Amino acid sequence: MSEVKVYERPKSWMPNVSSHYCPGCGHGIAHRLVCEAIDELGIQNDTIGVAPVGCAAMIYDYMDTDYCEAPHGRAPAVATGLKTVRPDKIVYTYQGDGDLASIGMGEIIHAANRGQNITVIFINNAIYGMTGGQMAPTTLIGQRASTCPLGRDVKLNGYPIRVSELLAALPAPGYVTRVTVAQPKYIIKAKQAVKQAFQNQLDGKGFSLVEILSSCPTNWGMRPVEAFDWLVNTMMPYYPLGTFKDFD
Amino acid sequence: MGRVLMKGTEAIAEAAIQAGCKYFFGYPITPQNEIPEYMSAHLPEVGGVYVQAESEVASINMVLGGGATGYRVMTSSSSPGISLMSEGISYVAGCEIPAVIVNVMRAGPGLGGILPGQADYLQSTKGGGNGDYNLFVLARSTLQECVDLTQLAFDLAQKYRNPVMVAADGFMGQMMEAVEIKPSPSKDQPADPSWALGFMGERGGKRSHLHSLFLSPEPLEEHNRKLQKKYQAMKDAEQRCECYMMDDAEVLIAAYGTTARISRSAVNNLRAEGLKVGMIRPITLWPYPYEAFKKLPSTVKHILVSEMNAGQMVDDVKVATGCKYPVSFYGRMGGFAPSVGEIENECRRILGL
Ligand SMILES: Cc1ncc(C[n+]2csc(CCOP(=O)(O)OP(=O)(O)O)c2C)c(N)n1
Ligand code: SF4
Ligand SMILES: [Mg+2]
Repeated sequence: MSEVKVYERPKSWMPNVSSHYCPGCGHGIAHRLVCEAIDELGIQNDTIGVAPVGCAAMIYDYMDTDYCEAPHGRAPAVATGLKTVRPDKIVYTYQGDGDLASIGMGEIIHAANRGQNITVIFINNAIYGMTGGQMAPTTLIGQRASTCPLGRDVKLNGYPIRVSELLAALPAPGYVTRVTVAQPKYIIKAKQAVKQAFQNQLDGKGFSLVEILSSCPTNWGMRPVEAFDWLVNTMMPYYPLGTFKDFD
Repeated sequence: MGRVLMKGTEAIAEAAIQAGCKYFFGYPITPQNEIPEYMSAHLPEVGGVYVQAESEVASINMVLGGGATGYRVMTSSSSPGISLMSEGISYVAGCEIPAVIVNVMRAGPGLGGILPGQADYLQSTKGGGNGDYNLFVLARSTLQECVDLTQLAFDLAQKYRNPVMVAADGFMGQMMEAVEIKPSPSKDQPADPSWALGFMGERGGKRSHLHSLFLSPEPLEEHNRKLQKKYQAMKDAEQRCECYMMDDAEVLIAAYGTTARISRSAVNNLRAEGLKVGMIRPITLWPYPYEAFKKLPSTVKHILVSEMNAGQMVDDVKVATGCKYPVSFYGRMGGFAPSVGEIENECRRILGL
């Protein structure tokens, strides 16, 4: 019987390297979607990634493309610098919710508002993963975190920020969509969105952001399967999937 | 372009363009606003781009990204803005990215005032950001020197893959003087594809990644050792200093930037009176010109440091001279500069006159 290859690692994933992410972490899936989009669009040699500060800070250990580090939250500014000098390259940031929606809120709003022709992959796991599970700007009301042990209290902490809806209110950004990696059926859609966000840049259309609802079983205090269930049952109702803005 | 009368800030901007800088990222702050204004008007004429950042935090990180391509990029600001950039400058140094940062210093602390100062000497030369890093800090005392040092800054940045700070003060930025701005010979120096981002194809599919993060101690220490070796090479090769009327001087004024310019007049006047006064003027505030201080003539009896701050360079002078001489300080703060007369009087007092 001849062998049929049904799956292989993406070409733009560093050969012979496994990721350090916890079992059931959504970062690994999101990385793969980015790699597949890069492979399918044939842009590996022309892509420059900007790494966040967060669990994905070492993303350049896994992705075989040019990569630049950014201070916590500043990836959209770094990407603006890269794209300004090299408009012929494909520039994208990969950022967590603490990185993008808290310390880096200024940079993302202004990059979006300039309509900067970059791609942003935004991983919303409702928690600060890397530093050990502190409350994020996206932590749900009542959700426990190490700095809100009794659950997020609106009176004290305000409401979880819906980044996609916020950015979609600006005139300049062209493509703003929310997807998830919670289940295979959603992953297929997430893949299309990620690819679309890179295609938009190739077409010179302008700012594209894909918010990916993701899991952090370690800091949510759940097993991987429970975490994906929680994502679907608790996170998705507050963060509805959908495309909030698209280039016509 | 022959000699033209120009304002300091505009001379810096034109010098940068003539040095091949095509990308400028900045945020408004007095007294340097003419630099971003000049860039926004003139960069498009040379196929460049001016981006107005949303903050100095953003502008230094745009410089980080722009510089990561290996092409000539720059930002400028003034004291409080440079404070905001400190984290970014540390990353630019840690990632070994060439960049030019102009600081048209004003008086502090805090918001201070918009009047000139030199109160960022320690911040510029000893850090500001976190970690073991250094950057070139160049100080000038004439507008022609502003032009020349701005162009030198781009060469040093690319040669050493390191940030370079051009330290001017508000006087230097706002005064007008005749300058000649020529295209610098290295104007069209291409990016170095061996490390710069955006050349993966040219490298035959070999990627480059610029980072300062090393989670294990061994590679981080190795990275630090590599940086320290580079900083040593910078110290060995790039110290710059002017010695003025120093050969037989008994009182030596140590000053840089605007206070050096004022001190030069004081030296000339005192020499006309027959008093043996000279000046040592560090041009590289980092690396500090230790070599020049080692070669002071045997006639020197006293060193007078003059700055527009509370005496931030005094310790460097003491270290550079091994505490061999009495070192005293005369300075002004809050936007004042010492006057020629004040410095002359201080020298006379030291000489017991
Ligand atoms: C200036 C600065 N402040 C704080 C930190 C500490 N820090 C590192 S990662 C992180 C949070 C990351 O959370 P998130 O962006 O949600 O990423 P995740 O790990 O969840 O993927 C923080 C606060 C830092 N590195 N730099
Ligand atoms: S801590 Fe959370 S976000 Fe970080 S790798 Fe583990 S599961 Fe993923
Ligand atoms: Mg997070």
